[in-house]
Amino acid sequence: MMSFELYNYWVVIFLMMAGFYILIASNHLIKKIIGLNIFQTSVFMLYISMGKVTGGTAPIAVEGITNYSNPLPHVLILTAIVVGIATTSLALALVIRIKEAYDTVQEDEILEMDYNDDHGTALPEADTK
Amino acid sequence: MLVFTTVAIVRLRSLFAIVMLSGIYSLLSANIFIVLDAVDVAFTEAAVGAGISTVLMLATIGITGYEMKKRSNIKRFIPLLVVTVTGAVLVYGTLDMPAFSDAIAPIHQHVAPRYILDSPQEIGIPNMVTSVLASYRGYDTMGEVIVVFAALVGVLSLIGIREPKVPPNYIEPPARPILQVMAKFFVPFIILFALYVQFHGDFGPGGGFQAGVIFSVAIILYTLTFSQYDGMRLTPPHILKILAAAGVLIFGGTGVWTLLKGGNFLNYSVLGKTSVEGQHLGILIIEFGVGLTVAAAMMLLFFAFVSRGNSKL
Repeated sequence: MMSFELYNYWVVIFLMMAGFYILIASNHLIKKIIGLNIFQTSVFMLYISMGKVTGGTAPIAVEGITNYSNPLPHVLILTAIVVGIATTSLALALVIRIKEAYDTVQEDEILEMDYNDDHGTALPEADTK
Repeated sequence: MLVFTTVAIVRLRSLFAIVMLSGIYSLLSANIFIVLDAVDVAFTEAAVGAGISTVLMLATIGITGYEMKKRSNIKRFIPLLVVTVTGAVLVYGTLDMPAFSDAIAPIHQHVAPRYILDSPQEIGIPNMVTSVLASYRGYDTMGEVIVVFAALVGVLSLIGIREPKVPPNYIEPPARPILQVMAKFFVPFIILFALYVQFHGDFGPGGGFQAGVIFSVAIILYTLTFSQYDGMRLTPPHILKILAAAGVLIFGGTGVWTLLKGGNFLNYSVLGKTSVEGQHLGILIIEFGVGLTVAAAMMLLFFAFVSRGNSKL
């Protein structure tokens, strides 16, 4: 049963690719950030699922239990979550500044304005696709 | 469940629904973390992902607007192709990976046995996650705390905090009386729970990161149900800024203290009479520093977003 032993990785890959898809296909900056968050959570899931041991328990020493899951990924991901929210809020702060500067958070409109500023003309039709 | 939620997030266009779904997504993943034995991680994910991140996202879409415009000439094919190809390559890569929950996988052979077998004696505390976090990998954790602090500095320099000068009109009946009464009832218990998580983190799941987040949630609840003015009077931002910096200073200062005592940087064994006693003291101090920085940083981030939104109205 080779295939079922690896399903945790495949769930992670599906989530990661879904986040990746949102990141590149979405036009809205906040939705992009949410996609990035999903991507990030999938990495958390990857680490934690690798630390799991069959029959193991949470890594808190108790009398009579010898089989624990690996504590190292837990430590790494625990701190990564808190760092993740801090960096997400930095991204959201940037979005707010973009909104104030451009009055939109739609990526294509921002690109069009930038092009207009640089070249003094509207974006050629071929580039907007 | 997680997969369905993700698909819904991909398909939806209403930002409000997307943000709410991402909160549900975080709560679901916290449940999965519990099933996978990662209680400390689940704790953090539930508090951060379902709590603070949702509030910050809502504050942001309050400023930027709720609806997305449909892109006129959208090309879905190329992103889909890129994603499918990348996913296929990654799946191919997993074929060589060790099976799920395999006890002889390479990840369990390197340093993990030392952490599991020796840390209860070496450090003297049962929660291995805390002892790895604070002692064996103290450098990493210090780096993470500094990253949180740096992100806070970045947000403050980008959008800043505007303190309202005019107090709200207290004579009028409150707009949300039921919520306010309930919040008043909950806030002390949340703070008590945060302190428990902070100081009991050596024995059960918990520690500075979780406690800091939970503490800030209490203040955020108070600010949301009352007003920004009340919240900022309770925890003035200029004091929070000092506290956030002080937390990093406590962490680094403990490292310097161990250096002065003749040990390595962040090797707490030299702090006490015995090695275990020193480790206890060191972990308690740096967890306090972590909790201080995280709590102050989360509150300041929240205030920054909320005050930006209020000043626009």
